[in-house]
Formats: sequence, C-alpha cells, structure tokens
Amino acid sequence: MTQRATAGPAKGWEYVIGLEVHTELKTRSKLFCGCPNAFGEEPNTSICPVCLGLPGSLPVMNAQAVDFAIRVGLALNATVQRSQFHRKNYFYPDMPKDYQISQYDVPINANGYLELPSGRVIGIERAHLEEDTGKLVHRGGHGRIESAAYSLIDYNRSGVPLLEIVSAPDIRDPEEAKEYVTELRAILVAVGASDGRMEEGSLRVDANVSVRPIGEATFRTRVEIKNLNSLRSLVRALTFEGHRQVQLYENGEAMIQQTRFWDEERSLTGALRLKEEANDYRYFPEPDLPPVAPDVELIEERRTELPELPSARRGSIAMILPELSADLRETIIADACWPYFRSAVDAGITPARAAARCANELTALLPDIGVLAPERFVEVLAIEDRGDLGASQVKILLREAASDPTPVKELVTKLGFTARDEDAMKAMVEEVVIRFPDEWGRYLGGDEKVAGFLLGQVMRQHGRQISGAGARQALLALADEARSGAE
Amino acid sequence: MNDEILDWGIAELHRRLEAREVSTVEVIDAYQEQIEIQEPEIGAFLTLDLDAARSTATAQDTRRSRGETLGRMAGVPVALKDNLCTTAFPTTAASRILEGWIPPYNATVVDRLADQDGIVLGKTNLDEFAMGSSTENSAYKITKNPYDLERVPGGSSGGSAAAVASRMALVGLGSDTGGSIRQPAALTGIVGFKPTYGRVSRYGLLAFASSLDQIGPLTASVEDAALVAECIMGHDPRDATSLQEASPLLLGALTEGVRGIRVGIVTNLVEIASPSIQAALLRAADALAQAGALISEISIDELAFGLAAYYVVAPAEASSNLARYDGVRYGLREPGATVEEMMIATRTKGFGPEVKRRIMLGTYALSAGYYDAFYVTAQRVRSLVRSAFDRAYESVDLLLTPTSPTTAFRIGERSADPVEMYRSDICTIPSNLSGDPALSVPAGADPDGLPIGVQLLGPPRSEQLLFRGAYAVEEGLR
Ligand SMILES: [Zn+2]
Repeated sequence: MTQRATAGPAKGWEYVIGLEVHTELKTRSKLFCGCPNAFGEEPNTSICPVCLGLPGSLPVMNAQAVDFAIRVGLALNATVQRSQFHRKNYFYPDMPKDYQISQYDVPINANGYLELPSGRVIGIERAHLEEDTGKLVHRGGHGRIESAAYSLIDYNRSGVPLLEIVSAPDIRDPEEAKEYVTELRAILVAVGASDGRMEEGSLRVDANVSVRPIGEATFRTRVEIKNLNSLRSLVRALTFEGHRQVQLYENGEAMIQQTRFWDEERSLTGALRLKEEANDYRYFPEPDLPPVAPDVELIEERRTELPELPSARRGSIAMILPELSADLRETIIADACWPYFRSAVDAGITPARAAARCANELTALLPDIGVLAPERFVEVLAIEDRGDLGASQVKILLREAASDPTPVKELVTKLGFTARDEDAMKAMVEEVVIRFPDEWGRYLGGDEKVAGFLLGQVMRQHGRQISGAGARQALLALADEARSGAE
Repeated sequence: MNDEILDWGIAELHRRLEAREVSTVEVIDAYQEQIEIQEPEIGAFLTLDLDAARSTATAQDTRRSRGETLGRMAGVPVALKDNLCTTAFPTTAASRILEGWIPPYNATVVDRLADQDGIVLGKTNLDEFAMGSSTENSAYKITKNPYDLERVPGGSSGGSAAAVASRMALVGLGSDTGGSIRQPAALTGIVGFKPTYGRVSRYGLLAFASSLDQIGPLTASVEDAALVAECIMGHDPRDATSLQEASPLLLGALTEGVRGIRVGIVTNLVEIASPSIQAALLRAADALAQAGALISEISIDELAFGLAAYYVVAPAEASSNLARYDGVRYGLREPGATVEEMMIATRTKGFGPEVKRRIMLGTYALSAGYYDAFYVTAQRVRSLVRSAFDRAYESVDLLLTPTSPTTAFRIGERSADPVEMYRSDICTIPSNLSGDPALSVPAGADPDGLPIGVQLLGPPRSEQLLFRGAYAVEEGLR
C-alpha cells in the first residue's frame, strides 16, 4: 500500500472512515417489477402492485440489475458469488411492504478493493443489491417527520435497484473520502451501471467515522452520518465530525455510538437517533426469491467486456504523457473525455495536442453540443495536426462538426477556412511564384528570407484564414519539386 | 330440474350444455336457488354477485349459440377464497384490516379460471389471513359445516369447502399453508388438492407463509379436481418460485389405475386418529389393494416434529408478510398523533387475536438472540422432514394417511386451546414443509354421519400418480 500524507483532525490524531455508497442502477425497469426506472416523473405514476407492495404481489428479479451488479463487482476486484436476498423488517411509511428486500450475509459481491489515484488501496467489504424506498415529503414543521403537519409519499422510487457498496474502514481523511467517492463514481459510470448523478440522488453516501490517536491499533466508537449528497457536504461533515470527536475525547467526555445527520446550512452534524434504540431488523431469507446464482460463463463474459477503468486509463496516460499534470489527467480520463482522447491517440494524433484539445476545447464545448462522434473529433485534430488550421478555427470547426453532419473536410470549405487540401494550397503558392519569378529564383537559390515575402503574398491574395504553416509546407514542396526537376 | 343440475360434475355439465339440454343461465339460476336456501344457514360467502354471474352466463350462452368453443370451465360456478385478489370483489382475507379493499388486479389463478370461462359467484369465508383450522377466526362470520350446523367446516378454506359441500358452488378455490384445503375438504366430505410447491402461481394470493402457501381446488369429485388443477397449474413469470416445467396432464391419467403402485400406510399418523377414521383409512387401503396396488405399512417418525417446525416457520414469515397492513396505503386506518401511533392503533384494531398471536410468535422467533434457536432450528427440522419423505419414497410410490385425526369438531370446542387447534393439522403440515403434492379424498363417515377424508401423499411433482391413486380410492369406495 502506497503511503500518503494524510491530514488528521488534530495534531496526533487520525480519522478512521468507512463509506457506504448507495448507487441507483440505471436499469430500464425497477428491481422486482416492470415499472420504468425513471427520474423526475409525476409522483406515483411509475408504480404497480409489486412496487406498491400490494397484498398478494410478488417480486421477480431483474436480470439487468444482476448484470450491472456483476460488472461493478468485477471492476472493484470483488468475488462475485451466488447470493441470497433477505428481508430487513422495520416499519416506515415510505416502505410499502414494511420490509426491505436486501442482501445480508451472502451479498453478490464480496472482498474487493479500489485503488485511488494517489495509489492508496481501499478495501471493499461488499457490494450488494437492494430495493430503494419511496420518498417522503413533509409539509409544515421543520420538514422532518416528527414536526410535519402532514406528509406525502411518492412511490416512484420504491423498488428502484440500488447497489450498496461498503468500504472497509481504510479511509484516513475527508479529502481521501472525496477521492474515493470520485473514483468509485467514475468506475460506476465507466461500467455503465450508474449515471453517477449525486445531485439527483443516484449516488448517496453514508459515512462511518471515528478518530483515534495516531499509532493506536484498535478502532474507537464510530458515528454514522447519513445521506451526504454532495462531495462538499461529505468533506465538510467528516471534518466537522472529526473535530467534534477529538474535542470530546480531549475534554474527557463520553463518545456514544449514534447516527447523526449533516446540517449543511448550520455546518454541523446533529444526533439523529441513538444506535442503542436501533431496530432489530429480524433478517431472514426472502422466501419469494430463489438465490441469485450467476453462472461462471456470464461472469467471465462480463470480465472480458469490462471497459478500460480509470486506473487503467491513468496507466496509459502515464505512458503516453508522463509530464501531464494530475488535474489535466483526471479531466482526460473522465468518461466525457476519454473516448475522444483514446481515439485521437490511436489515430496517431500528437498526444499533447489531443490532451489539450480534450481538456480545453472539448470540455468547454460538450455541455452545449451534447454529442460529437469521436471519429469527427479525430478528423478535426488531424487537420490541425497537419498545420492546416489555427486554434480558433479548430474550436469553431469542432462546434460545427457536432451540429452539422457534413464531412469534416467539406465543412472546412463551407466555413471558408482555406485549409482545403494540399493541392489547393500548392496551387495558391504556385500562382504567387509565377507572379514573382525573381523572388522565387532567389528563394530557390537559398535565400530563406524571401520565403516571408512569398508567403505574405499568398496571404494577401487569399485572406488570413489560410494556415501559414500549410502555405509554408506547400512552398517547401514546390521548391523541392523545382530543384529535383532541374537536375 | 334444479336439483339435478346441482348433481352434475363438470364433464356432465359440459355434455348437457353442449347438447343444449340446459343453458348456462339455467345453471346459474339453479345455484342461485340453492344459495338462497343454504347460505343463510351455512354462511360460506363473504361476498356474492349473482347478477354478474348471470350476465356472464348470458354472454356464454350467446357465444355458444354463435358456435364459439368455450373454455374448459365454461358455465362452472366457482367460489373463491377471499384471500385471492379479484378486481370484481373486495378481497379481505376475512380481516377487518382489509374491509372493503378492492384490489386493482386479479390473482393469476383468477385470470386463468376466467380465461377458461369459469363463472365466479363470490368470495368465501376463511380464518383471518388463513390462520386457523376451523374458519372460526374470521372477523366477519362463522361458517357452519353442512353436515352438522353445530360444527365447524374446518379451515382455513372453510368457506370454499362448505360452499362446495352444500352445492352452492361446483368448484371452490382455496389456499393450503398447513392443510387449509385438505382438512376442510375432509371435514365436509369433498376432494381437496394441494399441488407441489410452485405448481400454481401464488401471484395475487394474500401471503400467509410464502414458502408454504399453495393454491388448489376443492371439488365434489377427483375428476373435477383434476380438471380445475389443469386449468390453474403452470409457470407464471410473475411468481419467481413458480416451477418452470410444463404441468402434468391429470384428467387423461385418472383411469390408468394403480396396478403395481406401492402405497405405504403411515402408521404413526394413523395411530393418532379416531377409531372410525382408522377404519375408514383401512377401507381406502383395501380399495387401493383391490385395484392392484401393493399396500405396506411404514412409520415416519420425523413427521411428528413437523408441527413444531411449522409453528415457527409459518408465523415467522407471516409476521413479515403482514407488516404491510399498516394503515398507510389501503384498508383500515385508525387515527394516531404520530405515524407510529397510527400504525399501532390500526393494527391493534384491524387484526384479530389469532393473527396477533402468530405475529407475536413469528416476531419472537426472528428476533436477535432467538433466531438461531427457533428459526434456524425449525429450518433444520424442515430438512429432516424432507429427507424422511425422500427415504420413504425409496420403498413406496405413495403414502396414505388420515387427513385429520378427527372429524368435524363443535364450534367453540377448540377455541380456548390454540395448541389443540394446531394439532388438527398434524397430518397435513408435513407436505407443506416438504413442498410435496397431497390430496384429501372422501372415505365415508363416522357413526355421527360426519365425513371422513383420507390423504394421499406423493413425492415432488407426482401429481399424476397422486390423482390415479385418489381416483382409485374414490371408485373403490363408491
Ligand atoms: Zn412497479
């Protein structure tokens, strides 16, 4: 395990953090019924007897959810195994059956790990499937169930497949927690299991945090912080909680195992309920669902189909562009950029140029233009690589290439960019050479300074959109031809 | 004429309908007349809709007159246990907590019967959430045994059993978690069949104990049971525990006989039955022997442990299955200052004492610290029962037992002693634990004229053989 400088909550103290990340799997339908797994629908429209838990309804396993779970498990280097669903029994109005179908002692994925960009390795204890609950909206009071005048329930989310990924308590500071979630999110998106949108709740984080004096081997009493729904909240909550705990210890006060919530507005964590009062969930095997036994062939098939994961992308970047800054690297390996960079490099585009265009122009453009086929991106860069276009032209061309399906070469002409092709350029230079035979002769004779004059004439004739580099190339080619023709 | 109609089995009814000797409307009228006479005394139904039945009948007569071929249940008046979801009737499981609830969907079996043109007359009484052996635990009414109105019809499918036994319906559907089809069938002198677990879809059956529940028919004859079973069996993608394989053909196999079939009398279950039941069982064994079966005696001591295991597993699953009745979404809602108080008030008022008892038992059995001692041990006993059956089926093809150790008991007789009530199911429970098919067939009456049933058990998926055996008993005792 690579060592890393971590920042403790106070001098002589360190954090011990484990994260439970709930990710919504982007299956077409819900975990146990055929209702669409959609976000943002009118309340209680994506529902049926099964996800409403109506009397007599029965769950049926969604094969796509199992498939996604397997892909995530493999990407997290976990053991994918025959698993069993259990019922987790407790009463809550957002849970239609008053039990949640989840996995308990035999999760589908166990014992994996995740390597952070820093090189540190975080253990993954398990990644198991479970169903999401409905959503409570409390009206009146302070927006909490205890004080609300009334509450509304939207069951659209009920039965949406979740994968709960539980890390080992290997995370040592809030920034590392952020790094872990960022990396995990990148993996989930890369394998196609999740859209990774934290703000829409498709990624929700609970943190278990304790502190201990550096050098102490055992774990101290931990606190669970629920529902951290942004990376910023995660870091701030953990930092606050670390300081709070150290202070308690230093004041000789008692630490109680409890669940706390993060109050973003007041920047503090507050007690939610004492762990001692926690429900006895009375887990028992779900009799309505046979065990999920993914066959070995499917697992191996999925293993070979795994896309290049962030850590592997980092590895390739390190080979191609060892000098690249960490920031640029992370931008480029992100799913939005990576296919473009990969195709460009594979097509022989100068890696530094590919990296720069990905990190700058492309990331700026993508939010507006939506989609751009990587092949078209590569075509544009190839023109630029030949020196036929300037940077500002490239930017315009990229935008046009996204919206206008015209072949890139024709697009260049259409835009009046005189990159055109080499023949056209040669013809333009030739025109000038014929008009200025003396200067041409001096140039052929070895007077390099005349080149500037000749190229200037080309520009004057055809405008500033002409690539200077391209014209120079054409001039050189003509000179070569003239000299070889004379011999 | 009406009395004659009520005598017909499904095959006879179809012959008459096809020959235009009777119309479907006339059939429904005959049953309506019988219901008007019998129902006030018996109390088998929770809801009836004879107008709807008659308009379905009219439509079928029209279709028939146009030359259409109707389904296999055409014109057959059906009574459905009120724990099967129906969009046309409220579905209450005989509980206050679901009073008036009309499901937005039909149970798979209800759709399958409708597909075959079965005509549903109404929904029948049961022990609340199918928890009981006498139908006395219904929140709405007590159903009487047609043979003695002072006695129970058995349970929990007592309403369907009483309806068929008193000829208010030709076919009843019930559910069997620990004997709830077979025991009332025995106590009312009709045929009751519990298929192999997974043979019939549970989709739309209000769950009592999910790993034990199966739906099956209650009918006047083995032949009718076979036909109804063929209509409702078969894979259902909406039930993940539903068997994938094609279901067996039963009707055609009935007359294949039992020559050379080895039948074992389970002596340790016979010993606990009353003398008249023991005698009836021997008559049934004789009938099988006359038909060429090879009769032997076998003792399967492990079956005695079944009762205890059942009363851990079934309440454990029930405690979870019945959690959803919390007043939030449907059914009864009692006011409360907080959500928790509302849920407590609703469940306190909505559930009857036996349901509460089982929720408490099950919750206890699953609780931290008790789970291993109760739930895990019970599952081990369940495997023990399974392997005891497996061993028995190495030497015999079918087993023969009493269905119930006694004939119908008096209303109120066992209400004060739940354990005594639980014992009613001692012969039927093992097949639910093992998931095997089982069938109760009438075998005469005791000196008081109360019906006696004997039970045939077979290995998993042996329905065909089971029906051949039952048919031989029925024929032999006729
Ligand atoms: Zn649904």
